[in-house]
Amino acid sequence: MNARTDTAALQPAAHHLSNRHLDALEEETIFILREVAAAFERPALLFSGGKDSLVMLKCAEKAFGIGHIPYPLLMIDTGHNFPEVTDFRDFRAEELGAELIVRSVEDSMARGTVRLAHPGESRNVHQSVTLLEAIEEFRFDALIGGARRDEEKARAKERIFSHRDSFGQWQPKAQRPELWTLFNTRIAPGEHFRVFPISNWTELDVWQYIARENIALPQLYYAHQRQVVERRGLLVPVTPLTPPKDGEQIETRTVRFRTVGDITCTCPVESPAASAHDIVIETLAAEVSERGATRMDDKTSEASMEKRKKDGYF
Amino acid sequence: MTITINSIAAHADPASATDQNNHNSALRFITCGSVDDGKSTLIGRLLVDSRAVLQDHIAGVTRSGEVDLALLTDGLSAEREQGITIDVAYRYFATEERKFIIGDAPGHEQYTRNMVTAASQADAAVVLVDATKLDWQNPHLQLLAQTRRHSLLVHLLRVHSLVFAVNKLDAVADPALAFAHIRAALAQFAQDAGITVAATVPVSALKGWNVVDAQAGWCGYQGPTLLQVLEQLPNQPTDTALPLALPVQWVEKTASASANTSQGRRVFWGRVAAGVAQVGAQVQVFPSGQRATVAQVLDHARRPQDVAAGLSAGVVLDREVDVSRGDWLLAAPQAVQAAEDDFDTPAPQSPWPGQRELQATVAWMDDEPLVAGRVYWALHGHRWVKAKVRRVVHQLDIHTLAAQDAAELAPNAIGHVELLLQEPLPAAPFTRARVLGAMILVDTASHKTAGAVLVN
Repeated sequence: MNARTDTAALQPAAHHLSNRHLDALEEETIFILREVAAAFERPALLFSGGKDSLVMLKCAEKAFGIGHIPYPLLMIDTGHNFPEVTDFRDFRAEELGAELIVRSVEDSMARGTVRLAHPGESRNVHQSVTLLEAIEEFRFDALIGGARRDEEKARAKERIFSHRDSFGQWQPKAQRPELWTLFNTRIAPGEHFRVFPISNWTELDVWQYIARENIALPQLYYAHQRQVVERRGLLVPVTPLTPPKDGEQIETRTVRFRTVGDITCTCPVESPAASAHDIVIETLAAEVSERGATRMDDKTSEASMEKRKKDGYF
Repeated sequence: MTITINSIAAHADPASATDQNNHNSALRFITCGSVDDGKSTLIGRLLVDSRAVLQDHIAGVTRSGEVDLALLTDGLSAEREQGITIDVAYRYFATEERKFIIGDAPGHEQYTRNMVTAASQADAAVVLVDATKLDWQNPHLQLLAQTRRHSLLVHLLRVHSLVFAVNKLDAVADPALAFAHIRAALAQFAQDAGITVAATVPVSALKGWNVVDAQAGWCGYQGPTLLQVLEQLPNQPTDTALPLALPVQWVEKTASASANTSQGRRVFWGRVAAGVAQVGAQVQVFPSGQRATVAQVLDHARRPQDVAAGLSAGVVLDREVDVSRGDWLLAAPQAVQAAEDDFDTPAPQSPWPGQRELQATVAWMDDEPLVAGRVYWALHGHRWVKAKVRRVVHQLDIHTLAAQDAAELAPNAIGHVELLLQEPLPAAPFTRARVLGAMILVDTASHKTAGAVLVN
C-alpha cells in the first residue's frame, strides 16, 4: 500500500492555515451529512477516492465517528481509473469501516445498456447510465456527491438538495426553493435526491482543509514525474488508454493532478508542489480554473455539463 | 485595498498567517436590483477585480475583444438563449480579509421567490440603485418602486445589513449632486421604514469605480469602497441571548467514539436555534414534556464544549428520555415571578410554548395560488406537521408592504394568513427568533416547496 501520502511530508505548520471560514464550511457540511442520514431511508455517498470525496469522508468521520457512517460508499467505476486512486479508495473505506459498493460501466456495457460509439470513446459520460442502474438496484433515495458550485456554471445554479425525477433528470427551471436550512426532502417513489454537502467550498477551501486536517490523498495529487504529450494546450498523460498520436513528442515533466477522474479525460498540470500547503499557495496564484486546466471533455460545448446533469449525471 | 497575488499568498503563508481577524467567517450576501440596473455587471466587476475569475472563464465571455462582465453570471444555456436569469446562482470570491458567497438572485418577474430564497441565507444585501433612472436634480426625488420593494423584503426577512450601491453615476451630468440627492432620499426612505442602512456607496460597475478600487473623492465621497464595506460587515447575528431551543436533527443511537460520552447514552444532534447548549442546563423535551439535565455538549466535530445558536451541537442528557428527530430540546420552564399580593403560585411557563394556531406572513412561491381551506405540509425545525390555511387575512402591496384585501395569494405574492396546525409547534415570532419563527409549506400532492412562512 504505497498510495497513502506520507503525512510527515505535510508541513507541520500547515495548521496555521486554520481559520473560521473553514470551520463554518465544515459545520455546514456535517449538518447536511447528518440531515441525509436522518431524512432518507436508503442514502449512499458517492466516493471516488478523489480529493473532494476524501474531504467529504473526513467530514463524515467527524459527523458519525469512525466505523459508524450510516450509509454505504458507492463508486461508479469506468474501468479507466488510475490504480493509485482505486487502491486508495479501498484503503480508506476499510480504514473507516464503511461498506463500499462498486458498480462498473463495463457491466453496463456487457448488459447492453451502455453502447460506445467507438472503442476509444471516453466512458465518463456513460457513468450516468451505470449510476441510474445502481440507484434502481439498491433503491437509493439520496446520493451524496462532492461537487462544488465553483467548478462549473451549471453547478452554481444547483441547490444543495437537488431533486431528480425517476429518470434521474435535473430540471433547472423547476428547482425547489431552498429556504433557510429547511430542506424539503419529500419525494415520490422512484425519484431521488442528489445532495452536495460541499457546494459552498472552493478548490482553495478544499486544499486549505486538506492541509489543516492532514488528510491523506493519492500521490497523484502531488508533484511527480510523468510522461505526457502536449495537445491543444493540455498535458495528456501517456497511458495505454491515451497513447500519443502521430507526431506527438513524449516528454517527462513534473506534474500533479488538480482533479482525478477517468484516465481518458483527466490531465495533469505542470507543478513542483509537493505538499498540500504548496498547493494552497499555487491555487491562490492559479490563472486557469480546475476544469479548464484539466478536463478534455468539458470543452466540447459551453453547456456540456448542464446537458449531462439533465441526463442524470452528477 | 489593492489585492495582489503576492499579498494573498503572503497572507496564506504559515509564517505570517494569524487568526486575529475575528470577522473572517465567510460573508453571504445577495445583490438586488433589476437587470438593467447593472447587477450582473457589478457582480462581474467584483469577481474580475478581486481576481476571482480565471482566464479560461474570462476568455469564455470575451466578445470582439471586450469582456462582457454580465455574461459571467448567466450560467445556463436557457438563460443565454433567452437573455434572462432563471434562478439563484452562487458565486465565490475571496480577498485576503475574507471569503464571500454571493447569492445572485435574478431581478425578473419571479423576484419574490428568488429573492426570498437567496435572502433566507444571507448576512447582507446590496441593493443597487440606478442613478440614471432617477430625477436626480430634484432634492426630493422619488425612488423607484423596486428599490423600496427590495429593501422592504430584505428587512422583512431580517437580513442583518443593507448596503445601497448607487450605480451609473458616471453617466449623469453632475455625479456629486446626483449622489447627494439620491443618498438623502434613500436615508429618508430607510428612516420612514425603520430600516438601518450599513452604507451608501457611489459606484460605477462598468468603470470599476468604488467597487474594488477606490475613486477617491468622486461624487464627494471619501468613504470605503463597496468591497471594503463588505469586508467589514458582521455575519448574521444568531439568537444566542434567548432561552435554549434545539431542534433534534439526528439521534445517535450507539455510544460515540468520544471518550467522554457515557456508554449507552444517546447523543441528540441538531443546530442550536436559540440560546446556548451548555452542561448543567435544565431542558424539557418538546412535545413529550419530559425533563432532564444536560450532561455533556459536543460541538459539530465532537469536541466537548458549549455551543451557541447557529452551530451544531450534540447533547447528552443525564437520564434516558424518549427523544426522536423532529422533537425539540427547550429550556425548562421557569417559575413566573408572582405579584406580592398573589397567594397562588402560578404554574411555571415554557419560554417556548407550543402553538397550534399561527398568524404568519407568507411569501408564496408555488405556481398554484394559496387558497383558504387547503392543507399543506409544514416543516419547522426538523418536524413535519400538517397545516391548514384557515384564512387569508390580507395581501401586502409588494411595493409598500401596505395591507390589501385578498382571498388568495397568487404566485410571488406576500400576505398574512392564519394557519391551523395538526400538532402544536414551539413556534415564535420570526422577529424574535429566526429559526423558531421560520417554516416552509410543501404541497402535499406535488411535493413542491410552496411557501416561506414568517411567524408573526
